[in-house]
Amino acid sequence: MSATPNSNGGEQKLPSEHYLNATYGIRSWLLTTDHKRIALLYLASVTFFFFIGGIFATLIRIHLLTPAGYLVTPETYNKLFTMHGVAMIFFFLIPSIPAVLGNFLIPIMIGAKDLAFPKINLLSWYIYLIGGSFVLYSFATGGLDTGWTFYTPLSSIYSNSAVTPAVIGIFINGFSSILTGLNFLVTVHTMRAPGMTWFRLPLFVWAHYATSLIMILGTPVIAITILLVALERLAHIGIFDPAAGGDPILFQHLFWFYSHPAVYIMILPAMGVISEIIPTFARKPIFGYSFIAGSSIAIAVIGFLVWAHHMFVTGESTYAALTFSFLSYLVAIPSAVKVFNWTSTLYKGSISWDTPMIYALGFIGLFLIGGLTGLFLACLGLDIHIHDTYFVVAHFHYIMVGGAVMGYVGGLHFWWPKITGRLYPESLARIAAVTLFVGFNLTFFPQFILGYMGMPRRYHTYPPEFQVLNVLSTAGASILALGYLLPMIYLTWSMRYGKVAGPNPWPATGLEWTTASPPPTENFDVTPEVTWEPYDYNNRPDLGLGAGTPSPAPAHGDD
Amino acid sequence: MHRTGELYGHFETLEQQKESAALGMWIFLVTEVLFFGGLFLTYTINRHAYPTAFGAGSNTLDLALGGFNTVVLIMSSLTMAMAVWSAEVGKKQLVSIFLIATLVLGTVFLGVKVIEYKQKFDHHLIPGSGFDIRYHAEHPTATDNPGKIAEEREELEKAFAKDPDLNAHAQLYFSLYFGMTGLHALHMIVGAGLLVWLIKGSFAGRYTPQYNTPVEIVGLYWHFVDIVWIYLFPLLYLIDRHH
Repeated sequence: MSATPNSNGGEQKLPSEHYLNATYGIRSWLLTTDHKRIALLYLASVTFFFFIGGIFATLIRIHLLTPAGYLVTPETYNKLFTMHGVAMIFFFLIPSIPAVLGNFLIPIMIGAKDLAFPKINLLSWYIYLIGGSFVLYSFATGGLDTGWTFYTPLSSIYSNSAVTPAVIGIFINGFSSILTGLNFLVTVHTMRAPGMTWFRLPLFVWAHYATSLIMILGTPVIAITILLVALERLAHIGIFDPAAGGDPILFQHLFWFYSHPAVYIMILPAMGVISEIIPTFARKPIFGYSFIAGSSIAIAVIGFLVWAHHMFVTGESTYAALTFSFLSYLVAIPSAVKVFNWTSTLYKGSISWDTPMIYALGFIGLFLIGGLTGLFLACLGLDIHIHDTYFVVAHFHYIMVGGAVMGYVGGLHFWWPKITGRLYPESLARIAAVTLFVGFNLTFFPQFILGYMGMPRRYHTYPPEFQVLNVLSTAGASILALGYLLPMIYLTWSMRYGKVAGPNPWPATGLEWTTASPPPTENFDVTPEVTWEPYDYNNRPDLGLGAGTPSPAPAHGDD
Repeated sequence: MHRTGELYGHFETLEQQKESAALGMWIFLVTEVLFFGGLFLTYTINRHAYPTAFGAGSNTLDLALGGFNTVVLIMSSLTMAMAVWSAEVGKKQLVSIFLIATLVLGTVFLGVKVIEYKQKFDHHLIPGSGFDIRYHAEHPTATDNPGKIAEEREELEKAFAKDPDLNAHAQLYFSLYFGMTGLHALHMIVGAGLLVWLIKGSFAGRYTPQYNTPVEIVGLYWHFVDIVWIYLFPLLYLIDRHH
């Protein structure tokens, strides 16, 4: 590339011993207590479930090519969108960033040798696998047709599909999430290196702290709720059965008490990723550190008080609906605080258009659309019109795919050199990032329009006048699929053949960049002592970053 | 993960390790509160909706056995607290004695629970197609006090007059009764398993004033399970005893 000084300074070599080659053999992986290896085990397993969910999504989009439905029977269509939701939400989105990137990075970012409970960390992966097996068993033996929301009495009485193994699987999987959250909370409290004060923590860690709070407070409630559904099916206990005096709406309350905050389990870690990427590639300290940290906690807290906005059409009390509507609007405040702070960080920054940065900027745009359309849905009157339409589908895909998945893929690129020690081919990665962005918008933007025009979600047919937009959406989905396949291929390729990255290729200021890439098993040779403020890009001469000196250019795999 | 004595390699000091373990258990107990919380909420809503049926269901429970169990469990919390104290001051023999006492009391509690469940089974109070809240009043055994049976029948008559669907709604009460006490009993069984593990360690002389974290955090867990019962007992046994 150009003549600007490269942060790598010259040829880099992999360290002779690191966490990947410290021990060998299948046992050394399946019985590992190293948080970095467990992160990679999670990476493989969530990718597997992402594929499963992706296959269902592909079938849905193909089916909707024609108004009469192209591919499957109505019953099968119900199963497809249900299984897509269950695989993606419970087994991909919720564990994705926390269990992969969080697991890998939190101990290194705070200067610890491992999480506080390494064995429990491994246990949580096995619990995930057991829960996942139950769900796959359900998929393979009749599928699941209740919608990922498992609304009673459909799920508890009327559905003839394999609901029982699926809810048992989700019950079990919940404990994986609880244990991950517990581990993170304790680790952040007790394992910080000397000098790593609370307000020197990377914002990624703050975001995961908030996420973990939701995991430990929300997940037990869905666990007991889904257990009651299983008991209802197995033993007809009557809690959710109106014929026995039970209340099916109670299920919705309990379900959303977890499942709304669960949205923040998915998006908060992605926001943490963005907060790391933006200052790195703007070469500026992050704007409003404490506000971004506090807004994560605020989102976690307010997130617990908004659940009934999913239930505006259940006939709940008007006063309750008004309160929940108001509280839902409140979530916009901490969310906007983050967006404004990221954009302020960009202002007068020295911006480079590296792959992680493209994902981060894409995230801001998509999250903005997803967040603002959330306000439409929080509005009582408007929600009556667009409730259960494709508008809702588009809205939550903008948050979950446009937000959480963009953050996840962006984060994978950002820390890939740390995880593997090698760089991916930059120009290919940029093309993939743009492909993803374009494919995503083409898939989901038409769905806003479809929903606003009145196309209900979860229907297997639609009136002919909606066909053009549906075909556009399916076309977008195929571009989106390409956008996901490309990184899977070149990231895998780069694990072996990529250019060696060196400890700090971008360079960035976090503690994780001060150790070797890949890090040694115990993360640091000597416990680090933190003497600097976070994101101090103006004042880190040790990284070649200081006022007045030209910033080193990021290292690229295809330089 | 290497280990020096009782200190795992990823911790710097024993204090840090102990602090982490205790905080971890406290956070786990928070999740337990939320876990039981779902059932307590369900109980509250249904009791509010069907007060008569919940009262009638509650009155079928054996107050003497429930009261006895409450005392047993509180005693077990005392012995558990004594075990933790003994470990902290280094009285190794006392640790074993108090842990065994706790285990015995916990087992007594579970044994009494079995007797109660058996009684409910005999009285057709298991939710399902055979459920009949009047069964016991109408099929008394030779050991039952005839005066009490007449009283029971009269109470049920009154309750049915207030709530014609009493049988269905009482079934909800018993679903919750078995759900909540069953989940509680499951926690007791896990606790008993943990106690067996602690007793093994204590026989090996593992717990000293410097290192007694396992005793302390199992103690926390045991007290939590005890507290759950302190709430369950009045909510399930005592709600309609005022006449």
